Amino acid sequence: MTRHVALSALLIVTALSTIDAQVTSDRLLKAADEPQNWITYSGGYAGHRHSQLTQITPANVKNLELKWILPNQVFGAWQSTPIVVDGIMYVTQRPNDVLAVDAKTGRVFWQYRYTVSPDARVCCGANNRGVAILGDTLYMGTLDAHLVAIDRTTGRSLWDVTVGDPKLGYSITMAPLVVKDKVLVGSGGGEYGIRGFIAAFDAKTGKELWRVYTIPGPGEKGNESWSGDSWKSGGASVWVTPSYDPALNLTYWGVGNPGPDFNPAQRMGDNLYTDSVLALDPDTGALKWYFQFSPHDPYDYDSVQIGVLADINWKGTPTKAILWGNRNGFFYVLDRTNGKFLSATPFVKVNWASGIDDKGRPIPTPQPEGQPTWPGVQGGTNWYSPSYSPRTGLFYLSAWDGYASIFKPESSQYVPGRNFLGGGATPYAGVTGAPGVRVGRATPINTWTDAAGNGAVIAIDPLTGQKKWTFKQFDVTDSGNLTTATDLLFTGGREGYFYALDARTGAELWKASLGGQIANGPMTYSVDGKQYVAVISGNSLIAFALRD
Amino acid sequence: MRFRAFLFAVAGVIGLLAPANSQILTVDHPGQYTQDDIARGGLSYNAQCFQCHGRDGDQISGIDLRRGLFRRSQSDEDLAQTITRGTPGGMPAFKLDPAELTGIVAFIRAGFDTSASVRVGDAARGRAVFQGKGECASCHRVAGQGPRVAPDLSDIGIARAPAVLERSVRDPASALLPINRPVRIVMRDGRTIRGRRLNEDTHTVQLIDEKERLVSIVKKDVRSFDVAKESAMPAYAGKLSNDEIADVVAYLLTLRRQ
Repeated sequence: MTRHVALSALLIVTALSTIDAQVTSDRLLKAADEPQNWITYSGGYAGHRHSQLTQITPANVKNLELKWILPNQVFGAWQSTPIVVDGIMYVTQRPNDVLAVDAKTGRVFWQYRYTVSPDARVCCGANNRGVAILGDTLYMGTLDAHLVAIDRTTGRSLWDVTVGDPKLGYSITMAPLVVKDKVLVGSGGGEYGIRGFIAAFDAKTGKELWRVYTIPGPGEKGNESWSGDSWKSGGASVWVTPSYDPALNLTYWGVGNPGPDFNPAQRMGDNLYTDSVLALDPDTGALKWYFQFSPHDPYDYDSVQIGVLADINWKGTPTKAILWGNRNGFFYVLDRTNGKFLSATPFVKVNWASGIDDKGRPIPTPQPEGQPTWPGVQGGTNWYSPSYSPRTGLFYLSAWDGYASIFKPESSQYVPGRNFLGGGATPYAGVTGAPGVRVGRATPINTWTDAAGNGAVIAIDPLTGQKKWTFKQFDVTDSGNLTTATDLLFTGGREGYFYALDARTGAELWKASLGGQIANGPMTYSVDGKQYVAVISGNSLIAFALRD
Repeated sequence: MRFRAFLFAVAGVIGLLAPANSQILTVDHPGQYTQDDIARGGLSYNAQCFQCHGRDGDQISGIDLRRGLFRRSQSDEDLAQTITRGTPGGMPAFKLDPAELTGIVAFIRAGFDTSASVRVGDAARGRAVFQGKGECASCHRVAGQGPRVAPDLSDIGIARAPAVLERSVRDPASALLPINRPVRIVMRDGRTIRGRRLNEDTHTVQLIDEKERLVSIVKKDVRSFDVAKESAMPAYAGKLSNDEIADVVAYLLTLRRQ
């Protein structure tokens, strides 16, 4: 009894002591030690999107009930992952608003509104995927390629710096990554003939500290992988938050497609570092290693996935691995200390390559003109957050299976700020004239059916590359995935169902029909001893918890 | 006459500002306008512009006429040209007589404020009063500096018209927004929370407390909830001279951070 009281007192003291504490870089390093919070985009630097919270279990998940809904005031896909710090949630909404929300009631403390320049141009909607935090400051990239710092108590901007020129198609949609005292972002714009880059800014002042182009310039190693001047407008955008290994002091960045997207004849060579992972020193931006998944890509297979850092036992050797479910339809395992290729296995139907050789280079099998290529232009997966559970040792991702496009290359001239696509891609639906899968779900009606492809959550054993289980959905899915220490997996999809699955077997344990497409990554947190799971469906941010 | 001084001062003050982002803050005033111009402009605005631009001039995305945020225009001449020529695929061209045109420009330049009683002094001196004698900075935060207990004033120059700013300095109680009234909440468990509301609904209230923490309260846990009518801020009429108040207003008008 006495011990129980003492323990309670200790818990209260601990809780109080964290309430007003700033989010130090040390806290970011140890994010897993405070599972009541969710303080980075993926819940921690390793990119696991995995929580240590245990209140919601396979046994009681059926008792989840709706606690609150926060409706968005603007339309369009809502891709943001909220962060939660000591009971307060910070979430972005279109175009570049930030809301501070009481994570228990869904009620709003303040709203920050950023006015986006009319010069901003983005390929795929006014998307923003979230904020980063350090100290008492939030950081957000904007559609017109600014980086803004916002006081997390007042919602007022502290500084605002220009990162790129929106007139040339530069934009920021990713949640920034804070490492030590720096804020790191990359630029979108791969459909506008940009020359992509990654840059670091002083978290206090916004001063730019380093900038690394994702396409090497003349005289730099890799520039020879571009014919003529094609490197100048070669794309290589960056629009998803990297993972970070503090022990190796390396950040892992997924890089987007080459430009023009579909006409590789205009850019002969491997087109480094498009469709690659770059391992960068966050202090200096120095490139430690790179690995290119899809050289000389004609299919828009951006490698803008979250690289998942996992310490695995690879063929008897403890290995610091990075796991990568790529848009090109292959699941990769690399050594994250040096980029060495370990394995690649297809997780969906693939016919653009017959396989991957022992150096990690694909063996291309281009399809005849007018014939479908699997996977299609949106890929076997895309930017949707995967999850990794150290408990099950499984890698979970959202996939589009049996989905193809017919690619048509055309010559295209680079005009600053204009689309630079080099042709196009048409979704393939099996029957001429049948509707194909669209980018995003604009209506509640699905007329393309599974003949055009289907969505799935796939659990992959990284040691073998084999699927442990597949949870099939009728329509495709743009949802991220979340696992917990009770072996639950939360996921959604375009149909608007929010699921809790058994992470070991893939069995469906619970679902809620939320109606709107789920195009963000679910996350979880705890306030006053109650665990919540939050997800965005359509235009609503929704929080569930166990019945009181 | 005093109003001329006001316009001149605003032009000078705003001219010091570098645009915070790609929005254009207007700077040039080749002419000055009488209160008659402004009043006439207000009538013309209601007849010609109100339907699209709205009562507060902010109905069109990226434009806020009252606060001087335009898409293209910088000078008065630009404004007049936009009105008379229209914009491609957007605003139609308006045929107005010169007096009407001058009036609408004047009304926009005056921040939709037809009050002629405002005097705007020197912003640099106002800043000194704000940080020194007036002790404003001991409660208010500007551009990331200062406490968060009182409302952050970083954008007050676009959030409030000059006349309202002056009234807020002279007699805060008369201009205090209801949401900013100090609250004192006693919880059923005996805790007392003092602060300033940020948001409220039937069942909950969100506020910033005296220790600058964001606090969300469920009303069923509340024993008593008192909202003070008076402002926590002292009235400066009599405490500061008229010149000093005019200077502070000038300084506040420079605070236009988004």
